[in-house]
Amino acid sequence: MTKIAIDPLTRIEGHLRIEAQVEGGKVTDAWSSATMWRGIELILKGRDPRDAWLFTQRICGVCTTVHALASVRAVENALGLEVPLNAVLLRNLIQASQYIHDHVIHFYHLHALDWVDIVSSLSADPVATAKLASSISDWPKNSADYFRQIQAKLKAFVEGGQLGIFANGYWGHPAYKLPPEANLLAVAHYLEALEWQRDIIRIHAVLGSKNPHLQTYVVGGMALAIDPNGQSTFNAERAALVQQLFAKALNFVEKVYIPDLLAIASFYKEWAAIGQGHGNFLAYGDFPVGVGDPSSEPDLFFQPRGIILNRDLSTIHPVDHTKVTEYVTHSWFEYAKGEAEALHPWQGETKPNYTGPKPPYKMLDESNSPKYSWLKAPRYDNVPMEVGPLARMLVAYASPQARNHASVKDKVDKVLANLGVGPEALFSTLGRTAARGVETWVVAEVAQQWLTHFLENIKGGDLRIHNNTKWDPRKWPKQAQGVGMTEAPRGALGHWVQVKGEQIEGYQCVVPSTWNGGPRDGSGKRGPYEEALVGTPIADPEKPLEILRTIHSFDPCMACAAHLLDHEGKEIISVKVQ
Amino acid sequence: MPFETGNLKEALAQRGVSRRDFLKFCSAMAVTLALPPQFAPRVAQALEKAPRLPVVWLEYQDCAGNTEGLLRASKPTVAELVLDVLSLNYHETIMAAAGHQAEAALQETVTKQKGKYIAVVEGSIPTKDGGVYCTIGGRTALDLVQEIGGNAAAIIAVGTCAAYGGLPMASPNPTGAGGVGTVVKGVPILNLPGCPMNVQNLTATIVHYLTFETWPATDQFGRPLFAYGSRIHDDCERRAHFDAGQFVEEWGDEGHRKGWCLYKMGCKGPETFHNCPIVRYNEGTSWPVGAGHGCAGCSEPSFWDTMTPFYRRLPKIDLLGVEATAEQLGVGIVATVTGAFATHGVISAIRSKIQPIDRHEADLEEHLP
Repeated sequence: MTKIAIDPLTRIEGHLRIEAQVEGGKVTDAWSSATMWRGIELILKGRDPRDAWLFTQRICGVCTTVHALASVRAVENALGLEVPLNAVLLRNLIQASQYIHDHVIHFYHLHALDWVDIVSSLSADPVATAKLASSISDWPKNSADYFRQIQAKLKAFVEGGQLGIFANGYWGHPAYKLPPEANLLAVAHYLEALEWQRDIIRIHAVLGSKNPHLQTYVVGGMALAIDPNGQSTFNAERAALVQQLFAKALNFVEKVYIPDLLAIASFYKEWAAIGQGHGNFLAYGDFPVGVGDPSSEPDLFFQPRGIILNRDLSTIHPVDHTKVTEYVTHSWFEYAKGEAEALHPWQGETKPNYTGPKPPYKMLDESNSPKYSWLKAPRYDNVPMEVGPLARMLVAYASPQARNHASVKDKVDKVLANLGVGPEALFSTLGRTAARGVETWVVAEVAQQWLTHFLENIKGGDLRIHNNTKWDPRKWPKQAQGVGMTEAPRGALGHWVQVKGEQIEGYQCVVPSTWNGGPRDGSGKRGPYEEALVGTPIADPEKPLEILRTIHSFDPCMACAAHLLDHEGKEIISVKVQ
Repeated sequence: MPFETGNLKEALAQRGVSRRDFLKFCSAMAVTLALPPQFAPRVAQALEKAPRLPVVWLEYQDCAGNTEGLLRASKPTVAELVLDVLSLNYHETIMAAAGHQAEAALQETVTKQKGKYIAVVEGSIPTKDGGVYCTIGGRTALDLVQEIGGNAAAIIAVGTCAAYGGLPMASPNPTGAGGVGTVVKGVPILNLPGCPMNVQNLTATIVHYLTFETWPATDQFGRPLFAYGSRIHDDCERRAHFDAGQFVEEWGDEGHRKGWCLYKMGCKGPETFHNCPIVRYNEGTSWPVGAGHGCAGCSEPSFWDTMTPFYRRLPKIDLLGVEATAEQLGVGIVATVTGAFATHGVISAIRSKIQPIDRHEADLEEHLP
């Protein structure tokens, strides 16, 4: 029996440590630990609620914009503010481009190197690579010359000994299965995607001023003035640019991302039976297609809200946010009334209580403490839930009345047929990665419709971007509370705000990577990462490539996951280092 | 070691970057650095001869926003390659290696290239309780940055968190966070604040070093003057509307649709030093004021405490709305800002209880045109 630690677990956002017990070539148990914490929710206390989105957006620079959206929705929900249609659609377009951009970067720059062996691509035949590429897509850059050039660049890179970010990878690991030609194709698209992402995220610059950390949200709407004839507004020239960038986004997804995903997946079908996890899925739903409160009116959504339990697609359970609770039994926090019980976010407390080993340390259990992470353990009705693209695609797939159902079903079925597997294959490491691709495709298509809707609305003379009725804090109730829900690229995200005397009294976030990456709960049930790792084959404990595959399939974001709040304003107590 | 042999020119040729693209890049860099165009050949010459410096990118209490910024480099092929050719030996977000293999790559640079590599730091450093609020590979950020930063040729602190403590340091600073300069001494530190930094300024800082073999001149906060030497307000495309007394009064009103000044909506441009209006973001596509929202002052130390509430207009500015007074106005504001920031170190301390939102709006109303 061997116990291994991977820290830093790289190619993610933030600081994640995984410890795993390996026995007989398989993971038999696992512990997920977040090793960084900032305390943003505590910092929010006493601030102007209209400012909160600027603070919370900085929870994460990769998931930029999503915490801004959840925050303005929470405050709007508290104040009973309905935002104008233009603002609703602008937010959808920003969120849609975030999905497309983030998912593609995840696939090529964070996840691909788990499946693609860069060194192997050096021995590929460029002519055969061009043939392979042409057989899966009519992308214009499929010539042998193009692949020869890429290969020559790589060769120079490797032979020069300057591996930079590619140094010390698990190259040559027996779990790499792609033929050299497929590796070369993927590496070429790794580089192309790097160029592409820089360009298409200019959608955020046009609609949101810059990326990362957009700056056009305001409570009540958006600050992007609209006038087709204006010189300093969203005008015809800006509209044309956004249209062109969305078209470019869809083209890349259809001609590069999806074909690559299918081609690579076809060599790794055994991963459709690895990394299954608990099989419970939660989606808050998102993308309202009309004016209304997105927290309380899920009927407006393109992506439906719902819960799937025990992999049973025949029943979609409703979501009631009062059933969300968090445990700290195994987290470096403490609750006043003991840690056996979980607390709903409204009653939540956060007192840090570090009981981990004194740094520098080798293994977390050096301290003999049951606590091992800066993440709490969120549960829904006491059940651990997986969130993210797979959860969303499953809920949509199993909801015939949903607006996105036809598009999702069509694409999921195509992917399954292409790989020759059934829907049960979705509950896996490969399923998560495939669902992310399907979702990108669905969203890249529908974004075009939302853009048309937005431009038609402007054409009809509606230039409203903001509901000004509650901008002045003197018009607010003395006390109010609200919830803002959204679907971040990585999954269900909720912000809860309490406002008192024009200030933030309490603020809490329950974040996708906390759902997925949190530790065990009060009854010892593992978190989703931990559960998904159990049973994972390990060829070489020194090079645990297989663990990276499953963890990356969730697309972790630890800066998001580790946060703090203390809505009752309790003082932080000093930390005990054992 | 491979870093010490070869040069950028060869490296670029190997990567298929044309001479023409390279010279275009050098011209753009000369402009960013506020050098006359005739300096472009000198930049090119210096870069072609420059030895390739190893770079390690360290992330502590961060959000990876500056890493994302890096990926948005506006001169795609070349800017990225300049960084790559500088040999990015460690970057947790994008490197292939994980766990102890990743740490081995870092240690190799630190030991074998001691005093020769550049450490780019993203995120603040928590110091409270022995630094347990951020650990990597079982070691604290404090321990790591002192070793890795302390052995570097220089440190570039990217983003306001690494430069000055940023968001984690905002009152009440729950983890005792601070900027790199508060915990590493004896190594030159360049601060490139902003939330996130503008990657064009990072590239230009490195190019400046390679071209002139010195770091760019900085202000009292360690910020290069070429990027932080003038106020946003003075370079703002909406400045004429400020001088003419034309202000946005509500989001989406006629003034907003005409691109008028955002001062009354809380814009912090008059107190913020950064080249956003000139360089802009995402390949020069836009910037906050250009897209209709005020500046948040994100390149200023302690802006989360000194510039908030963000929608409150800056206090104590007499607006007479004519150019003759605008100059006096500018002088007045600079004096105010300097005063405010001279005391910024104590702001967190005195802000332990956040004041209720006060009513500058109402107080100022009578002074406004």
